[in-house]
Amino acid sequence: MIKLKINGLNVSVEKGTTILEAAQSVGFPIPTLCHMEGLTPYGACRLCVVEIGTGDRTKLVTSCTYPAEEGLVVRTASERVLKARRMIVELLLASCPQSKTIQDIASKLHVTQQRFRQEHEDCILCGLCVRMCKEQMMAGAIGFRGRGQNRSIGTPFDIKSEVCRLCGGCIYVCPACQLRCTFTEPDKAICGGCLNLSPPCVDKDQFHDMMCYMDPCVACEIKED
Amino acid sequence: MEYTDIQDIVDRYNQIRGGLIGMLQEIQARYSYLPEDALKVVAEQTNRSLVDIYGVATFYKSFSLKPRGKHLCSVCLGTACHVRGAPKIAEEFERQLGIKAGETTKDNEFTLETVNCLGACALGPIVVVDGHYFSNVRTSRVKQIISEVRDGLDKVEVKTDERIFPVEVSCAHCNHNLMDRVNLVDDMPSIRVTVSFGRKHGCIRLSSLYGSYNTKTEYETSENEIVNFFCPHCHAELTGATECGICGAPMVPMIVRGGGILQICSRYGCKGHLLDFSGVNV
Repeated sequence: MIKLKINGLNVSVEKGTTILEAAQSVGFPIPTLCHMEGLTPYGACRLCVVEIGTGDRTKLVTSCTYPAEEGLVVRTASERVLKARRMIVELLLASCPQSKTIQDIASKLHVTQQRFRQEHEDCILCGLCVRMCKEQMMAGAIGFRGRGQNRSIGTPFDIKSEVCRLCGGCIYVCPACQLRCTFTEPDKAICGGCLNLSPPCVDKDQFHDMMCYMDPCVACEIKED
Repeated sequence: MEYTDIQDIVDRYNQIRGGLIGMLQEIQARYSYLPEDALKVVAEQTNRSLVDIYGVATFYKSFSLKPRGKHLCSVCLGTACHVRGAPKIAEEFERQLGIKAGETTKDNEFTLETVNCLGACALGPIVVVDGHYFSNVRTSRVKQIISEVRDGLDKVEVKTDERIFPVEVSCAHCNHNLMDRVNLVDDMPSIRVTVSFGRKHGCIRLSSLYGSYNTKTEYETSENEIVNFFCPHCHAELTGATECGICGAPMVPMIVRGGGILQICSRYGCKGHLLDFSGVNV
């Protein structure tokens, strides 16, 4: 067993437990976005940052990927942590404002506006769908492509993958909600496209009668207004 | 199946962890790009998913998924070249070839690409075609470069070399000038050094043109023989710690006047050479 201190509370956990799991086991909430039980931690969204160490030598680490260490001192909600989280969620909001998941996290962190240029990306590259496809669905049909600014998620060569079974797992876990509500063209974002759902890797007509995974579809709600 | 030789490439690298990049590099060397079917073969043989391999192939800029032309033309757009007008050079290439950067001409002759720095900033704007460097390129020369490449670069190699530059070198030990202004090679003062190979000793005169491999010697030397180089003034052997990147023979260092080190391969007939200006204030 490994003993560590989370927010002043002595906690002992099994070896190999991450800080996130340790904190959640004693009830300290840490917001997460790219973390999901059953998938390997990825540390992409940085929302789960916590402050470790004492005195001047503290640093921010992603709790979902950081294994608990003997004698580690962790603060899950210090001023520095909250500031970093608010900035991260602001940046996420700037790139993906229509995502309900991100909006919810933002409101929990009392972020009511964001100061950056508004983009309307449909993906925050959290990698949930990639891991879902590979680890839970054992398919490996989608993955990261390119790098830097051009990094994107999709199938090889942008054609229908031979290993994709159209399970919809990628759509189910997506926090940016792009694949649920939009068809392949962004201008159809608010079109009830979710009723005519089709992953971008397949042809439109194959997918007329698939169900929508989203319960209240944000895009459709906006359309009502 | 067209891609049977990929099997050999995969087998050779499959034992190595992280051998994927090596495989892809070799496939690209063979086909000049990464064909889709080849990636599928690699995925099958390595038990990886195709998307993983596709991810690696798209991550690195040197991999191309589109067929490339016979000649690869890289225009440097690094900072130094940029301020000396490289964007205009790139534009001129685009106009002359009728393609945009990153594309290949319809006749599959040229692929145009822009690169971010080639490390030869003092010679900018630089254009590299099939490994041949063209320095201080002006827009007026673009047409000429293209026609030279079409004619075959090797035919005009000496001409290209003349436009590069003569170097003046001295011994790395005693700093004596090694230039011989009486005996000319390539109509330029030659570099005179003493050599020994087997049991013979003698004098060799090397062309001082960087990029020319002409030599004059009293003895017949056989190709591929490693020769020991000595300074004719202090008689110290000219050896360095580095090895030739092409053949692995020891490199012979000489000091370039004005700063920098020139290294040539000690194997007779090998064209390995290295000009190092690092640490020099240009």
